[in-house]
Amino acid sequence: MMNPTVDRADAKLSMAHIYVAFAAVLLGGIAGLLQTLVRSGSIQLPAGIGYYQLLTAHGVLLALIFTTYFIIGFFYAGMSRTLGKFYDQPYRMGWLGFVVMTLGTLLTTVMILLNEGTVLYTFYAPLKASPLFYIGLTFFIIGTWLAGGAMCNHYYISKKVSKEKLSPLFAFMAVMTMVLWFVATIGVAVSVIFQFIPWSLGWVDGINILLSRTLFWYFGHPLVYFWLLPAYVCWYVIIPEIIGGKIFSDALARLSFVLFLLFSIPVGFHHQLLESGISPFWKFLQVVLTFMVIVPSLMTAFSLFATFELAGRKKGATGLFGWFKKLPWKDARFFAPMVGMLIFVPAGAGGIINASNQMNQIVHNTLWVTGHFHLTVASSVALTFFGIAYWLIPHLTGRVLTGRMHSLANLQTILWAIGMFFMSGAMHTVGLLGAPRRTAYTTYQEHPDALGWIPYEVTMAAGGSILFIAILLLMFILTDLAFFALKGKEDFPIGTVADRAEKTPIILENWRLWLTVATVLILVAYTVPVVHMIEHAPPSSPGFKFW
Amino acid sequence: MHFHKFEKIWLIVGSGTLIVFLLIIGINAFAMGHTPPSEDEILNPREVDTTPPFDEPGLKKVSENEYELVMVAQAFTFESVKDLKIPKGATVHFKVTSKDVVHGFQIPKTNVNMMITPGHVNSITHTFDETGQFLILCNEYCGVGHQAMGVPLEVIE
Repeated sequence: MMNPTVDRADAKLSMAHIYVAFAAVLLGGIAGLLQTLVRSGSIQLPAGIGYYQLLTAHGVLLALIFTTYFIIGFFYAGMSRTLGKFYDQPYRMGWLGFVVMTLGTLLTTVMILLNEGTVLYTFYAPLKASPLFYIGLTFFIIGTWLAGGAMCNHYYISKKVSKEKLSPLFAFMAVMTMVLWFVATIGVAVSVIFQFIPWSLGWVDGINILLSRTLFWYFGHPLVYFWLLPAYVCWYVIIPEIIGGKIFSDALARLSFVLFLLFSIPVGFHHQLLESGISPFWKFLQVVLTFMVIVPSLMTAFSLFATFELAGRKKGATGLFGWFKKLPWKDARFFAPMVGMLIFVPAGAGGIINASNQMNQIVHNTLWVTGHFHLTVASSVALTFFGIAYWLIPHLTGRVLTGRMHSLANLQTILWAIGMFFMSGAMHTVGLLGAPRRTAYTTYQEHPDALGWIPYEVTMAAGGSILFIAILLLMFILTDLAFFALKGKEDFPIGTVADRAEKTPIILENWRLWLTVATVLILVAYTVPVVHMIEHAPPSSPGFKFW
Repeated sequence: MHFHKFEKIWLIVGSGTLIVFLLIIGINAFAMGHTPPSEDEILNPREVDTTPPFDEPGLKKVSENEYELVMVAQAFTFESVKDLKIPKGATVHFKVTSKDVVHGFQIPKTNVNMMITPGHVNSITHTFDETGQFLILCNEYCGVGHQAMGVPLEVIE
């Protein structure tokens, strides 16, 4: 049952997640600023803080904590808005999930601060962190499972009660994203629980490194789609309403999400293209599947621009591109996600380069890759999440997004785009010159190649400083919206489907079917190479603490 | 399901481009021999020092202007010979393993780039057509001294 506003109790649950998310942005942003300053040789860290310790904190806080908490908070609110108030059982499960996730987050963060977990957020074996680091991660993941369980449960009960064959688009997309998360996290959970924890506790004296890396990347690539899909939810469901348009097609929107479930998981080898022990054939097979996942993004691009053009023409736009000017550029709820969308064009093209066998050889583990995901997750996704927060926070706290805040928020977006242009642009360029990622300030004994990278690293620091100012501005805006802005009623925009759009086929909401196809694809892509990794494994590796 | 005519054109052109990309990558890999480094050889990571050829890392001449360079990656260096000098035009087969954690193996300005996982051997071949200073560096975080893990390589006349 559609509610015009999110229920007050559900709003609290949602806001709890959003507070943690943006606290992580502030802390992670400070770490990021310091990293760019260290890497360019501008400063040295005081008080025995290590560069790699900061790097671990930056990755965990922003890539894991910020994204996951925000996504869950956003979905709770949207599901309450489109399906109605959460039923008691899923509501309690939601809070339990929050508590378990937060315990895990605190444990892992403390271990990082104590320098007991300086293994970066990918925690590649055989670097061995404290067992509590891995146990914290396990709690975090179990917490997210409870959150996903709460959403699936609420969706299931709501569907039973309403007797509708098709659920609202927002709820469908949220559940699809959490299902993707369930399937993906199985890999990392198996690795952490059966490989890392027993090994770090000393119960076993070695670890199968290749298997642990493969299980990580089985999770690591769908992880990026777990970040991206909630941004797509905003682009598909919310943006059309904000610009005064309609959702182009409910059916195509659902189809693209189904394709993401199918093709975003069996593709992890494209992160392991340069590794021993996996044959070129299986690497290439997963490259092919990686390219398949580009198709739903092409569909998304078409739908969105169709929505923009139709909305513009309805407002009287003429000519081929007249509709572009009719878009509400001054509306922060539109502007931030739109800039994110535009950045996704070069970001996606970069992704195709990274996944291509031979070109990957040039850019693998260079700063190019860091530049790439600062466009995807740290711009397209982050700007969209900021754009959501601008109306979601006041909606949940009973305040309004005023004109002055629209202007400040737009300034924030512009600063972000400028900062990222310099930082990510310099990263891409210096990566092509060969500068490695995840590396502190170095000249390799005054080697001429490495000395040539320094001007780019200084540019990265300049961009990083602009981004940090943008983060401070973001904190000011969000604090105002949460605690001080004018009391009132801010809309939670939910788009409606265009009248001309065709009826949605029920098969798109057939979970059993799509999960079966996804499982088959995963088994095809992984069974043979993983069996080989286990049967043809070298003697296991002991752990090392090199920090 | 119904697709708008323009969307059909867009998806056919888009997917067609992807298929062309994949054909290029596939032909380049399997018909022209440019597959990524994927060595299948394994060894005991705790016994690297006594396992040939890694018990004697270094540069070995295989034939006229062709060399094998055996290296052992360890925190935070690449063990081989002291002054790495290679004659111009020489083809070098790099053969590398790790004694401890995962390392990267990259030479900027060339296509040499691969992962070195303990317990596994990885190898790559490169022909140095120009003289000059090169740098072999580790591009995977391996610990607190990771940024120091690089050795020079000189290509001489």
